Amino acid sequence: MKDTDIKRLLYTHLLCIFSIILSIFIPSFFLENFSILETHLTWLCICSVFVTAVNLLLYLVVKPNASSKRSSLSYKVTRFLKCCIYFLMSCFFFHVIFVLYGAPLIELVLETFLFAVILSTFTTVPCLCLLGPNIKAWLRVFSRNGVTSIWENSLQITTISSFIGTWLGAFPIPLDWERPWQMAIERKYKMCRSLYVCTRHGASHCPQVWPISCTLGATFGYVAGLVISPLWIYWNRKQLTYKNH
Amino acid sequence: MRLGSGTFAACCVVIEVLGVALFLRGFFPTPVRSSARTEHQAEPPAPEPSAGASSNWTKLPPPLFRKVVIMLIDGLRDDFVFGSKGVKFMPYTTYLVEKGASHSFVAEAKLPTVTMPRIKALMTGSLPGFIDVVRNLNSPALLEDNVITQAKAAGKRIIFYGDETWVKLFPRHFVEYDGTTSFFVSDYTEVDDNVTRHLDKVLKRGDWDVLILHYLGLDHIGHVSGPSSPLIGHKLREMDSILMKIHTSLLSEERETLVPNLLVLCGDHGMSETGGHGASSVEELNTALILISSAFERKPGDIRRPKHVQQTDLAATLAIGLGLPIPGNSVGSLLFPTVEGRPVREQLRFLHLNAVQLSKLLQENVPSYTKEPGFEQFKMSERLHGNWIRLYLEENNSEVLFNLGAKVRRQYLDALRTLSLSLSRQVAQYDIYSMLVGTVMVLEVLALLLLSIPQALSSEAELEVPLWSPVFSLLFYLMFLVLSALHVIVCTSTESSCYFCGLSWLTAGGVMALISALLCAVGSALAKMFADGKFLSKNPAHPKARWSELDVLILLGTTGHVLSLGASSFIEEEHQTWYFLINTLCLALCHEIYRNCFLRDDCEPQQCSHVEEGFVSPAPALQDRSIRCNMLEPHRVSKGPTSLDTLRGYEKWMVLASPWVILTCCRLLRSLNQTGVQWAHRPDLGHWLTSSDHKAELSVLAALSLILIFALVQRRCSLTSKVAMALGLLGVYCYRAAIGNVLFPWQRDSKDISKGVIEARFVHVFVLGILFTGTKDLLKSQVIAADFTIKTVGLWEIYSGLVLLAALLFRPHNLPVLVFSLFIQTIMTKFIWKPLRHDAAEITIMHYWFGQAFFYFQGNSNSIATVDVSAGFVGLDTYMEVPAMFLTAFATFAGPVLWASHLVSFLSSETSSGSALGHACFCYALICSFPVSAYIILVTSLRYHLFIWSVFSPKLLYEGMHILITAAICAFFTAMDQTNTKS
Repeated sequence: MKDTDIKRLLYTHLLCIFSIILSIFIPSFFLENFSILETHLTWLCICSVFVTAVNLLLYLVVKPNASSKRSSLSYKVTRFLKCCIYFLMSCFFFHVIFVLYGAPLIELVLETFLFAVILSTFTTVPCLCLLGPNIKAWLRVFSRNGVTSIWENSLQITTISSFIGTWLGAFPIPLDWERPWQMAIERKYKMCRSLYVCTRHGASHCPQVWPISCTLGATFGYVAGLVISPLWIYWNRKQLTYKNH
Repeated sequence: MRLGSGTFAACCVVIEVLGVALFLRGFFPTPVRSSARTEHQAEPPAPEPSAGASSNWTKLPPPLFRKVVIMLIDGLRDDFVFGSKGVKFMPYTTYLVEKGASHSFVAEAKLPTVTMPRIKALMTGSLPGFIDVVRNLNSPALLEDNVITQAKAAGKRIIFYGDETWVKLFPRHFVEYDGTTSFFVSDYTEVDDNVTRHLDKVLKRGDWDVLILHYLGLDHIGHVSGPSSPLIGHKLREMDSILMKIHTSLLSEERETLVPNLLVLCGDHGMSETGGHGASSVEELNTALILISSAFERKPGDIRRPKHVQQTDLAATLAIGLGLPIPGNSVGSLLFPTVEGRPVREQLRFLHLNAVQLSKLLQENVPSYTKEPGFEQFKMSERLHGNWIRLYLEENNSEVLFNLGAKVRRQYLDALRTLSLSLSRQVAQYDIYSMLVGTVMVLEVLALLLLSIPQALSSEAELEVPLWSPVFSLLFYLMFLVLSALHVIVCTSTESSCYFCGLSWLTAGGVMALISALLCAVGSALAKMFADGKFLSKNPAHPKARWSELDVLILLGTTGHVLSLGASSFIEEEHQTWYFLINTLCLALCHEIYRNCFLRDDCEPQQCSHVEEGFVSPAPALQDRSIRCNMLEPHRVSKGPTSLDTLRGYEKWMVLASPWVILTCCRLLRSLNQTGVQWAHRPDLGHWLTSSDHKAELSVLAALSLILIFALVQRRCSLTSKVAMALGLLGVYCYRAAIGNVLFPWQRDSKDISKGVIEARFVHVFVLGILFTGTKDLLKSQVIAADFTIKTVGLWEIYSGLVLLAALLFRPHNLPVLVFSLFIQTIMTKFIWKPLRHDAAEITIMHYWFGQAFFYFQGNSNSIATVDVSAGFVGLDTYMEVPAMFLTAFATFAGPVLWASHLVSFLSSETSSGSALGHACFCYALICSFPVSAYIILVTSLRYHLFIWSVFSPKLLYEGMHILITAAICAFFTAMDQTNTKS
């Protein structure tokens, strides 16, 4: 493993971060009243498109695993189709997991699904680019001591940090920060409210916040993973030895 | 002294329970209560005292005022009226205060400065304690003797407009009311307009006696922008104009009727400099109180500083003013200026009535009341009063009469002040000393538990408790002496009452000895650990075990949960935390299973190392320090790799599917009962099922659930208990049908609804029978000491007895919770714990997590409202305290208890090593005592928080109850462990 490799890794990661930043700023030139929080779903779509595009581009340019022996067109097409199917499957898989975690089953399906899409973009897309549709390889990368190159190592780190970011992003949901001070007064009634379950305040006055905190958590986790992984690899470059398959 | 880890843990938890109880006693001081609360009406008013000749005035004096208007402005702190703001924005009020016929005071509120307790204090004159909320669990209505109830009983017509809290406290008292609610704090105009809009109409009408107005806008502004905001001025001006309107209307009416009316302007609590309230700063405690009536003398215009009085004084004053008996629990004294204008005889009569009421309250609450200075003063003034009456009736010289009257009045006022003070001192504040002693005990126990982790989780599950050597050490005696001296100093110098000081000297000394012994034990454990650490550091060959993901998750989850207890929202939504944690746990298990299944062939050596870790795992890093770890090594390896390989095809698929099945179950349960606060109003399956339209569906579901329960429980029972179980579950259905929850197929409509006592007792008999069979089997296994299976069956029978009891107590729509609990336990046992061979500590913590989650799946929450009190009446004709409390506690904590008892039966049946139960008990004690200790500290530091009553206190009670139940569970564990070691 050479330092140039690490440098390449760092640059690609910086490009990914840059694409996320662009996805925040570019649309505001084309779309009226665009903002991450207000038009969250639009941003989710744009961000996921940007990140996917950059990942594909990097895969084509950098070619981290240049070991494709067969390169016939039909093979490539099937591989691409397979990747698409895998991506969709992972979206549905994440959707199911969110519902199991307590996301509403019937309402807000679109929100939940877009959340699943963005999480798949952060996790599945890089995996597909790097490892291809090969479940065994995926399992190998995500088990202890299974990585075989710095690319896989960084993949492991970014994916896990995206998951952790999403996981931590769920924590603010019970907090009532969104309604900064309306809550402060509401609390005065809480004494009576908690005495018997009060049904009077409908859902109408709560602004829709699902899944903002989770998606932001995922994004921050992904970005943090992108930043951390080159640094970590650089730090531990002496200890890291990869078996060659 | 050598102890098994289980025994040690059980002892620790018991000490912890004592500590928590002491803390709770200090945190919730028992309020001053008069025992005669309901039959107050029957009691005749105290007659006028007399010496010799009898007085003929035994009835209550007539009311002083015809109509009373109470204008309560939320958050009206004293300087809004009496300070520069008042002069600027409330010109009319300032005029009345300075020149008009009024009396103004600064009324001091007591803690907590939150609206609802303050309304209670204003109307009952007592100092409400949180314990009151617990005492009348069923209704939020105020059951205590209060002015409103008395007024209603006396036939007064009361009208109320304003904060909805009043309507809840006094549900059927108002002839007309309009409760305003507001969730938008930014709304500070409409809340008040909703009150004011009725005013013109009502003031014109003459058909009411008491009018109560509660204005919220000022407090809202305070919360939004603080007390120095310009909005405050606008609001004060608005309030001033409303006051003027009411006053002029009252005055014009008085011109016709010639009877004086009373207008009271008061605040419930103040406002801190940041605009909030709830704590004990001077700004929050001081409120304005102005009594306006044409009966009062007009003042010549001197600007005196208003007198400081207690907020509780208003109740007594209102009662006297309306000619009602003073509320029995009132600790306030009459605001004397209001009766100053009356004849001397009436003045003395009022003072006497108030003094009699206060001294009666004192007699009931203070055992040595005769020694109280206030009581002596009261007796003396009563004697003098009698003399005065005699002179008055004899129509004696007026000057002597006047002088004596003035003297009696002075004496009475002194007595009232002293009585009121000594009564309010009983509850005035948190009893910090008792809280501190309790906290110290709990923390020491926790430290001891933490320090003994390496020893307690070693393979022998035994540990050397350093108890005897420190007891004879110098440190112990020094500590004991210092603490005793401290105790004496604190108790003699403290002003407010203190529960711990009230204990006998022997008990207090015992507690002090316990504290110092624990401290010495902690110290010696610490020293020992350091010595071991040094020894280990010389021994670098010791391998460093890495933590598996599951251990990291468990550790992070526990810490995260404890940290989340500091935020009120997380306490309200604690169920979310637990659901989240068990979901993550399932996914982690899923990960582990899949890796074990698929990667086994690829990377064998790594897998082995991982599996090994699975066995070491109870806090391996800590175990590193233990020397015994080395001795463990061969034992561990001999257990070999996981048995996933040996599974046949179908079972392997089941193993792979099991986490998903569990996750699905949890998701279904989550939508059964919405709980918490924020999402509690969402529609859920439970409400759908309990609505009367869906009785048939509920019946089918209940029947199905009962059948499934039988199917899941019966497989490991003996034949007798199988039959008993079947009959018992049949009885459960009959009971639910009898009380009208469910239907029999042949029964079209439920006409005859009974209490179902016979059916419930029928089930109770079977529960006792199954429990008895189980105990018999356990005893048999201990006596014979040969058959291992008998013990397993016995434990399972005890478990199934508890399941039957839970099935009886759960509401029918909650029966699926029980089914899913059994189902998940079965799946976990069969497909996760057995094949993956988790060690006892991990299994214990998983059981604990699931137990907590099921506590919330049942529909519980951290507010007291969700306690199902009806469970206490199942099978009982009348209310019997002990069984009712036991049944309610069991029904509430059924989730944790059932999972814990499953843990016992699982561990004693599955594991061959004898130390498993000891480890499990230790882990259970540790993981339960960790949140409690942290929460005690958190609550102490947040005791002036705005939500201390609404959010933190109920949770504290739940935690206290939980630690008590944990103690019981640990005792059960230890008993099982003992039988294990003997056999």
